[in-house]
Amino acid sequence: MRRVISVIVNDQMGVLNRITGLFLRRGFNIDSITVGKTEKPGLSRITIVVHVDDERTNEQILKQLHKQIDVIKVVDITNHPSVERELAMIKVLSPVQRRAELTNLIEPFRASIIDVSLESVTIQATGNPEKIEALIELLQPYGIKELVRTGVTAITRGSSEREREMRHKHESLSVL
Amino acid sequence: MSTKMQTEATAAPSGKINGAHILVEALKAEGVEVIFGYPGGAVLTIYDALYDAGIRHVLTRHEQGAIHAAEGYARVTGKTGVVIATSGPGITNMITGLTDAMMDSLPLVVISGQVNTNVMGTDAFQEAPTVGITMPITKHNYQVTSTRDLPRIIKEAFHIAGTGRPGPVLIDIPKNITNELDTFEYPEKVFLRGYQPTVVPNRMQIQKIAEAIKEAKKPVILAGAGVLHARAHRELKAFVERVKIPVVNTLLGLGSFPGSHPLFLGMGGMHGTYAANMALYEADLIINFGARFDDRLTGNLEHFAKFAKVAHVDIDPAEIGKVVDTDIPVVGDAREALKMLLEEELVPGDTAEWLNHLEELKRNYPLWYKEDGKTLKPQRLMEIIYELTQGDAVITTDVGQHQMWAAQYYSFEEPHRWVTSGGLGTMGFGFPSAIGAQIGAPDKMVVAIVGDAGFQMTMQELAVLKDYNLPIKVVIVNNHALGMVRQWQELFYNQRYSESLIPNQPDYVKLAESYGIKGLTAQNEEEARKALTEAFSTPGAVLVDCRVTPFENVFPMVAPGKGIHEMEGVKP
Repeated sequence: MRRVISVIVNDQMGVLNRITGLFLRRGFNIDSITVGKTEKPGLSRITIVVHVDDERTNEQILKQLHKQIDVIKVVDITNHPSVERELAMIKVLSPVQRRAELTNLIEPFRASIIDVSLESVTIQATGNPEKIEALIELLQPYGIKELVRTGVTAITRGSSEREREMRHKHESLSVL
Repeated sequence: MSTKMQTEATAAPSGKINGAHILVEALKAEGVEVIFGYPGGAVLTIYDALYDAGIRHVLTRHEQGAIHAAEGYARVTGKTGVVIATSGPGITNMITGLTDAMMDSLPLVVISGQVNTNVMGTDAFQEAPTVGITMPITKHNYQVTSTRDLPRIIKEAFHIAGTGRPGPVLIDIPKNITNELDTFEYPEKVFLRGYQPTVVPNRMQIQKIAEAIKEAKKPVILAGAGVLHARAHRELKAFVERVKIPVVNTLLGLGSFPGSHPLFLGMGGMHGTYAANMALYEADLIINFGARFDDRLTGNLEHFAKFAKVAHVDIDPAEIGKVVDTDIPVVGDAREALKMLLEEELVPGDTAEWLNHLEELKRNYPLWYKEDGKTLKPQRLMEIIYELTQGDAVITTDVGQHQMWAAQYYSFEEPHRWVTSGGLGTMGFGFPSAIGAQIGAPDKMVVAIVGDAGFQMTMQELAVLKDYNLPIKVVIVNNHALGMVRQWQELFYNQRYSESLIPNQPDYVKLAESYGIKGLTAQNEEEARKALTEAFSTPGAVLVDCRVTPFENVFPMVAPGKGIHEMEGVKP
């Protein structure tokens, strides 16, 4: 099952190694991992997407993450109301005469052309992974020369109740 | 050189001292009484600061010896063991010890030297990527990048190593950091947002255990090393006597409950007693205090705790539910949990039949071995050691057959007398760990019970005995084999003894004598009794080479893949 895990960590040398090392030890492949600063100085947020076999494994991952000294908070946000986004840049073969067609094609995805050369254009798209997948599929026939994706980053939806619940979840993780 | 450094340190403006002196001052502030280590290029400045620091330093002959000694010291004293190694090969030689301490939750602070910061990452002489290598085998580790950070890091390291679930913490210090000058101010407090171990359990969960006890007809307590780390042996005994629930120990939990107590069932697991394993198998309630349900204990998980409600008290939340489904999870220190339990109204359930049944199992299936009237039975050897030391010695072992025999036949009445490599199963652990144990417990008799194969992995540390006048008694359980490997080859690999027999051995008596200590040898029971009596009454260190029955096996046994109720060799 696919899990999206949000981890707040001390912004410190080696912290990413500590996190990925845990996954290596259990032999899990990380689907995607993104890291960035948060609103609080000294803290970074890591968003990890991973496939696990069962609930026990998932619980172990969360607990092992929590055990790291540099980890401040761990939340499995898979089942929380949340927004997931990733950014993709897709370099597509595109003769000049087909550019209008391409522009129309990507329009519903609110994607945009960010770079143009004689034989190709580069399209930028943001959205949840499904949307990105759909766009890539549509662009496939044109010939994708290069593709880069940032991986998923996610944020829970704002609602005081939700935030209370998350706090509770975090606490119960450290109590249980 | 030392004088020059000293002058440099004292001559510095505004009371600044170099990083090495800052380290030494911090270790003093932590009350460190002994350091186990080995010098080298990257730690020269540290060793210079130690030269007249007044902290005892034990020089082993190999870095692995130093870290195992620190583990032995930590195990018997409960204090954090401190180790120093130089960069590169110095610290890579400690990898086994770090992993061992991590697996067995021993508090260590390991200081490793590192090349200068300006050449780090350039494959400099004696450079190893220490922080990267040791990340998964330490509770936490630090790369020091500024002399200014040293006091805080050392303070944090000791805090992390010794609290919560103890473990090894490594501090990697580049050489230039130890040379640079700064002021020394040791922080009083530690603040780590991401590290707040839960010590006091949730009372509601404790009450659930009390409830479960009331209803249970077949309860059993599993006591692990967590009880020892928490210094909760008194509370455990009081609790057991209140609720009249029998106790099974894990290998590392031995000593947390008196071995001669009528409610003690023995060690559980692969070579545990039949009564202990059947109790775990048939139980309707297992209360686990500080054990991690290791696979050598549980056997095939399909058959483990099949009929039982499981209550698990552990300071490490990640251990709860890791391998066994838990009905009553309790995060907290074993001592706090037991104290809280003792405050509850504890009513034992209807357990008379259960206790009778277990009593019968104990009576009908005692540990056994066959005397042949000729050779020295290793089991008998353990009984003799127990008898002659009156069960009061600190026993250290390696891993393997001799370890299991010691665990089976040496009955531990008191805590912190049993030093063994459980989780990692490290050959070569027993002897060097005895060095640290003896330093930690100078008034105790320390007996290192080692196999002939394991001893040969770290026997260079014999030199240390004379250096520091350590009266350690080394008992080699010599079967001219890698005993446990050979046993498995006999039982599961058609007696194809591939690389497990070692007929050619050093003359251990001469070896001991060449290191300036007494060496004795024994071929049968009578000789063993005589040699051990002499060894134990000799003031200094003695090595006794005991030639035991070759091809003797450890029984009873849960074969790999079997459930703990499917023991073999339970009767002669």
